[in-house]
Amino acid sequence: MDTVESLPIVSPILRASGLRMRYGQGSGIVHALDGVDLDVATGETVAVMGASGSGKSTLLHLLGGLERPSAGEVWLAGRRIDGLGETALARLRRTAIGFVFQAFHLMDELTAAENVELPALLAGQSPRAARRRAAELLERVGLSHRAEHLPSALSGGERQRVAIARALSNEPLVVLADEPTGNLDSAATLDVLRLLDSLRTAGQTLVIVTHDARVAATADRLISMRDGGFVEETRLTHGSTGRLGELAGLEG
Amino acid sequence: MGRVLLVCRLAVRDLRRRPAEAVLLLLAITAATATLTLGLVLQGASAQPYQTTRVATGGPDVVASVVASPGGDQLAALEALAGAPGVAGHSGPFPHTRLVVKARGVTTVAWTQGRGAASAPVDQPKVTEGGWVRDGGAVLEASFAQALGVRAGDRITLGDRSFQVAGVAVTAAMPPYPKICFSPCMFGEHQMAPPTAPPVSAPREDVNFGPPGPNGLLWVTDADARDLAARTRFLGYVMNLKLADPASAPAFIDAHLPTSLDTPFLASWQDVLYGHNKMIEWKQVAMLVSSWLLGMIALAGIVVLVAGRMADQLRRVGLLKAVGGTPGLVAAVLLAEYVAVALLASAAGLAIGRLAAPLLSEPATGLLGSAGAVPFTWSTVALVTAVALGIAGVATFLPAVRAARTSTVLALADAARPPRRTAWLIGISTRLPVPLLLGLRVAARRPRRTVLGMAGIAVAVAGIVAAMAANAHRFEEKAPGADPRTALSQVLLLMTVMLVAQAAVNAICITWSTALDARRSSALARALGATPAQVSAGLSTAQILPALAGALLGLATGIGLAELLDDDPVTVPPLWQLTAVVLGCVIVIAGLTAIPARLSARHPVGEILRTELT
Repeated sequence: MDTVESLPIVSPILRASGLRMRYGQGSGIVHALDGVDLDVATGETVAVMGASGSGKSTLLHLLGGLERPSAGEVWLAGRRIDGLGETALARLRRTAIGFVFQAFHLMDELTAAENVELPALLAGQSPRAARRRAAELLERVGLSHRAEHLPSALSGGERQRVAIARALSNEPLVVLADEPTGNLDSAATLDVLRLLDSLRTAGQTLVIVTHDARVAATADRLISMRDGGFVEETRLTHGSTGRLGELAGLEG
Repeated sequence: MGRVLLVCRLAVRDLRRRPAEAVLLLLAITAATATLTLGLVLQGASAQPYQTTRVATGGPDVVASVVASPGGDQLAALEALAGAPGVAGHSGPFPHTRLVVKARGVTTVAWTQGRGAASAPVDQPKVTEGGWVRDGGAVLEASFAQALGVRAGDRITLGDRSFQVAGVAVTAAMPPYPKICFSPCMFGEHQMAPPTAPPVSAPREDVNFGPPGPNGLLWVTDADARDLAARTRFLGYVMNLKLADPASAPAFIDAHLPTSLDTPFLASWQDVLYGHNKMIEWKQVAMLVSSWLLGMIALAGIVVLVAGRMADQLRRVGLLKAVGGTPGLVAAVLLAEYVAVALLASAAGLAIGRLAAPLLSEPATGLLGSAGAVPFTWSTVALVTAVALGIAGVATFLPAVRAARTSTVLALADAARPPRRTAWLIGISTRLPVPLLLGLRVAARRPRRTVLGMAGIAVAVAGIVAAMAANAHRFEEKAPGADPRTALSQVLLLMTVMLVAQAAVNAICITWSTALDARRSSALARALGATPAQVSAGLSTAQILPALAGALLGLATGIGLAELLDDDPVTVPPLWQLTAVVLGCVIVIAGLTAIPARLSARHPVGEILRTELT
């Protein structure tokens, strides 16, 4: 199971079944996830909400193959990935998954453009193609004028937009965003929300972990988590153009 | 007093918290100080056995020798010396010749001196094995006997005559094999450049000086010596002089400088001692040079270790300052740790050096007694301690001051030290395969650490290449029978092993520091699609590239170092050996860095990224 071929676009594109995750041992054992089932359709945006420690970040790490579940299955584009080796998972992330982190996780010594082109270079694209793609993505997130700036010279919102551009570098099947606005002020949050909304509109499959109702309002479906399990699931019929979208001020 | 106690307590607790790092520091400084101690105590280590031998053999203050030429009256010249002012006694003149010696398949050359059965008042060789000369029985000088591998009772051939080895003896009249030298050869510091001596090396057709080559010394009966001289057509005479004031021997020689080959050549006991010292001088030079090289490598390693620890201790510094610690107190705590380690290391180095010195300063078999009581002075202790403290001080002073001056708020936030951006390297790396791309970027993040790693390897390789050049030179000029794999090679091997060990410790320290420092960026690269193998190879590459550059730099530096230390033209080791050193260095570094790099690359990505968040 250590090889990854090019993955077909199937629906559901992402699927988790009976997902469990335990940390620690003996009396100190912690059930971070306890039997979670999830289907994400192609082009769908799913928001996962919950308090700190509810297991939402763990869920995202398992879906993206950053950690292995204690039990259960994860399927991406019709292939089971929870048993893949580290190398195969890395190749999978390279081609099929884009990550956006709360702490941005940009390389401090690389410029915005160099950060965005990094996944393409890791995937074996030529430097020219990688740079061209980075320029397109920075244009798309409205930061082409900041391409040669280091992360330290960017605001929080700009850093997160660079991180989103980086996540899109290899045209992933799914973008997994972990608290994408967790470290941002209101104005920067609005910028990121607009960007996520445009991705959703463009048909990008998104799973967003958040505790911010405004971010959740951009989604097609909202899942609430508590103590490692799903407690409520709500379908937001109109996404960001609906009532919650108005509430979030996206239409202002 | 309270402050001192607080500083000591904090320093000890921090050392205990990281015992592995403290041990590495201790080892690095101990290696340098032990080698320095060895180099210092070897200085003059052969003087004592020489004096013992001089007393036991009635060693001469001046040895006079002359070549007998047809029609010359060299014996009269020697007799005149015996009656010169300041001469208190003499033995000889003894006839001698120079001829080919064959023993146990070894062919070499020896000065063969004729002696009577009676004991000479000056220079009566002390028999250490077998008996004294008899008809058909030769006594070999001890270092010569050892080089030939012969013992009393063995048979040897002198010229075309067979002799039995009657015994083995030591003398204080000559340096050991192969440095034995009588007229017309000159030796010793004093006679190397006589201020007014005329040119005496012009070949003479009327005298047969015997075959060329290194010289041993042996004694036969007077009759046998004259018979051998007649066969070889070379006769000379030796006279041993005792002066009223032995210290005035150089002045006596100055007053009786040779004017031609027909006049006696003189050598003082100081010249002979110089010859003995010369035999271990290279050991001393090798140990001193390696101690400085080891010190430099230790410094490079310690700077990396300390910088890593300082980065790690930033929050602790913030806490100390937050509860009222002044920048001075913070710097004192940090310095105290390394000063304590340095003092311990210098004590260990002094002890090891003192214990090991007799093994390396063991005199040639040409002398009596042992060199167990090597000179060990307070100046040695002071210098070694100063070097240890210097290494620790230089490595820790700047980071300690920098840490002490860091803003308390920043220190409490424990903000990671931002990496350096080396734009041209990042640009180049985009055109390279992923492991090289990652490796080059990891190396470029901390250019100072990369340079230190490269410098450490360069110094180690320079030392190894210089040792190889010395070894190659030794083989080139080796005297028949003398085994070049013994004393010199032991010291050079020791030097090489210590340099390799020190460089290996450095490589491990630097790789661990690099792996820890690059933890987040490595995890991020994996989250973005780099495989663990690529990340692991990248971390190794970050060490291998500077190691390769350092090894190449070390090659050139090593040959330059050998040139600097050796008066003779340097013998460059064969190309295959130099290539093997570079490749070996790269392979060793790859091996040493593979484990930390692999462990670092296997750590769960999610866990690292989550940790970085908190």
